[in-house]
Amino acid sequence: MPDYILSTSNRMAKRHAREKRFKWYGRMAIFISIAFLVFMFSAIIFRGASAFQQTKIALDINFSEAIIDPSSSRDPELLKRANYKPIVLQSLSNVIPGITERRDRNRVYKLLSAGAVFDLGEQVAEEPNILGKSKKVWLLASSEVDLFMKGKIDPNISEDLRRLKDRDIKWIKILQSEGRIKKKFNTTLFSSGDSREPEMAGILGAAIGSFFSLLVCFLIAFPLGILTAVYLEEYAKKNFLTDFIEVNINNLAAVPSIVFGLLGLSIFLNFFNLPRSTPLVGGIVLSLMTLPTIIIASRSILRSIPQSIRDAALGLGASKTQTTFHHVVPLAMPGMLTGTILGMARALGETAPLLMIGMVAFIVDIPKGITDVATSLPVQIFLWADSPEKGFVERTSAAIIVLLAFLILMNLCAVYLRKRLERRW
Amino acid sequence: MINKTEITQEALSILPPIMTANNVDVFYGKKQAISNVSLDIPENQITALIGPSGCGKSTFLRCFNRMNDTINICRVNGEIKFSGQDIYDPKVDVVALRSRIGMVFQKANPFPKSIFENVAYGPRIHGLAETKDDLESIVIQSLKRAGLYDEVSDRLSEPGTSLSGGQQQRLCIARAIAVDPQVILMDEPCSALDPIATAIIEDLMETMKEKYTIVIVTHSMQQAARVSQQTAFFHLGELVESGDTQAIFTNPIQERTQNYISGRIG
Ligand SMILES: Nc1ncnc2c1ncn2[C@@H]1O[C@H](COP(=O)(O)OP(=O)(O)OP(=O)(O)O)[C@@H](O)[C@H]1O
Ligand SMILES: [Mg+2]
Repeated sequence: MPDYILSTSNRMAKRHAREKRFKWYGRMAIFISIAFLVFMFSAIIFRGASAFQQTKIALDINFSEAIIDPSSSRDPELLKRANYKPIVLQSLSNVIPGITERRDRNRVYKLLSAGAVFDLGEQVAEEPNILGKSKKVWLLASSEVDLFMKGKIDPNISEDLRRLKDRDIKWIKILQSEGRIKKKFNTTLFSSGDSREPEMAGILGAAIGSFFSLLVCFLIAFPLGILTAVYLEEYAKKNFLTDFIEVNINNLAAVPSIVFGLLGLSIFLNFFNLPRSTPLVGGIVLSLMTLPTIIIASRSILRSIPQSIRDAALGLGASKTQTTFHHVVPLAMPGMLTGTILGMARALGETAPLLMIGMVAFIVDIPKGITDVATSLPVQIFLWADSPEKGFVERTSAAIIVLLAFLILMNLCAVYLRKRLERRW
Repeated sequence: MINKTEITQEALSILPPIMTANNVDVFYGKKQAISNVSLDIPENQITALIGPSGCGKSTFLRCFNRMNDTINICRVNGEIKFSGQDIYDPKVDVVALRSRIGMVFQKANPFPKSIFENVAYGPRIHGLAETKDDLESIVIQSLKRAGLYDEVSDRLSEPGTSLSGGQQQRLCIARAIAVDPQVILMDEPCSALDPIATAIIEDLMETMKEKYTIVIVTHSMQQAARVSQQTAFFHLGELVESGDTQAIFTNPIQERTQNYISGRIG
């Protein structure tokens, strides 16, 4: 046997070694990227997980009619704005002994969130029958108490270095021993808008702002993008003009998103006077940004549809439009939808253009339509990351988790749609 | 046998041709693919176009239903008449024309839809069926004519692409028949099929020619000899010789034809 066909021969051994080496380079690369991903996700989840819980304090509230609604008007607006502080203070001093001085009373009151009385007001306005009765109510604890309960404040460091003093901790211990302080699922995070107080802040406003923006973006970019792609691919003659358009679409796809924000600012806000900081303008700007992506993706899908399908339809006497919309577009639709959803996923994570059109304001109210002022999830993350309060650290991570969950959801949607439409051939 | 040949000979000369091509030139950009071809297509006969690869058979065939219109750079000069009407006249609606002149392609290209939908599509877009029952009977009849019905009758809702290659090609024939054309153009319909599937389709063409006029491009001279009544031999974009199939194969006039059928040009 000639030795050069043996794997032990010098030349073959060298070749095998090289092959092995390249395999290992590839594995290393994959390993490193996965390690980065795992690191990133676990860091975010590790930091954010605690934000899904919120400390609450249970108090037996005596809904005294004389204090809440002395005029017996039962007007919900009055009930909401009534003075609940004395009632809450009374309940607190029933639980915690020895708080008689005004300073102590104010201090112990601070264990609760400033939002606690609002919650009480909402509750009474909703069911005024509760007036005159007594009931155990779970109230929001302040952010400092929350952090302490989550073990994020070390009671052993010098008292001057923390905002939660030894006295506060003593009171917390009393509440704890009575089972009146507990971490519960943080519903506020999913049911409120932004707030200056971490414990009262939620992402619902931002999520809905994002939803409306994406809705506008989809309604504009999807039909425009697909019709453009279909026209350029199926109808337009190849000439100087279409080449020019093609080059420009490719250029647009590469334009940094902040430029689209500037465009939105100068055209939609300053020229057309559309309402500032709204999902309407945000959606339009995002649609400009996603349009080139959708067009490029759709065109490449259309190009991949075999000519034989078009020939088959044309040969039967179908018109160009029938051929396109009965056969080519349905076949391309899953791919075009996937391209669109991926483009929208990118738009969902976009911050810069929204900053330019003012969707960066501090907005407490939850937007009810596309013309209400709103912010968006990534901008909310940006705002919270920028806040000095310690309680926002975990909430920032929680918001990132929610954003990532939405992105994964959208990608799953893309996969599902593609599977479903493919099965129908 | 002799009798039959006599009849076809007679028919060839007596019946007016259903399609005529007169001095047809075809250009792809600046490149000329067909030059000065004139050919009559007799009705209810099978005409075979033969010739070496690249000689322009497909190009010429595609002139008959103006499929070349779909190629941007393609230009057709000359005159092609269908039942006496010039089909390149601007007044002619190419959509209507193609419903009269159907086409079967080299590679079976069923739509990625059900078998039923494949056949029903043509009648549907041309409004040939008033009711669902009409449509169903058209589909079934077309499948029967294409000799496919017995094989697929119990799975009409399955995708057309799930059939075998030969069945797919017959599905394409059924699809073409369903719009009730007068002429069917076939571009190497059997080139991707095994001999048995080929034989089935050849038998099918034999019965189809009673109702339709068929023009077939083929690389197989045996096939041309077996199925066609008229044969046209192309070489380098020119029509070298055309006429009665038997005459062409037994007694060609041109030397180039002689060389090709004896295998010296390939
Ligand atoms: N779409 C096209 N664009 C440019 N040139 C073309 C095109 N289609 C065919 N041609 C050219 O026209 C000539 C004839 O091609 P055609 O396809 O008609 O040959 P054919 O006889 O059918 O060959 P085959 O037997 O291999 O199918 C060839 O030289 C080919 O290069
Ligand atoms: Mg060909």
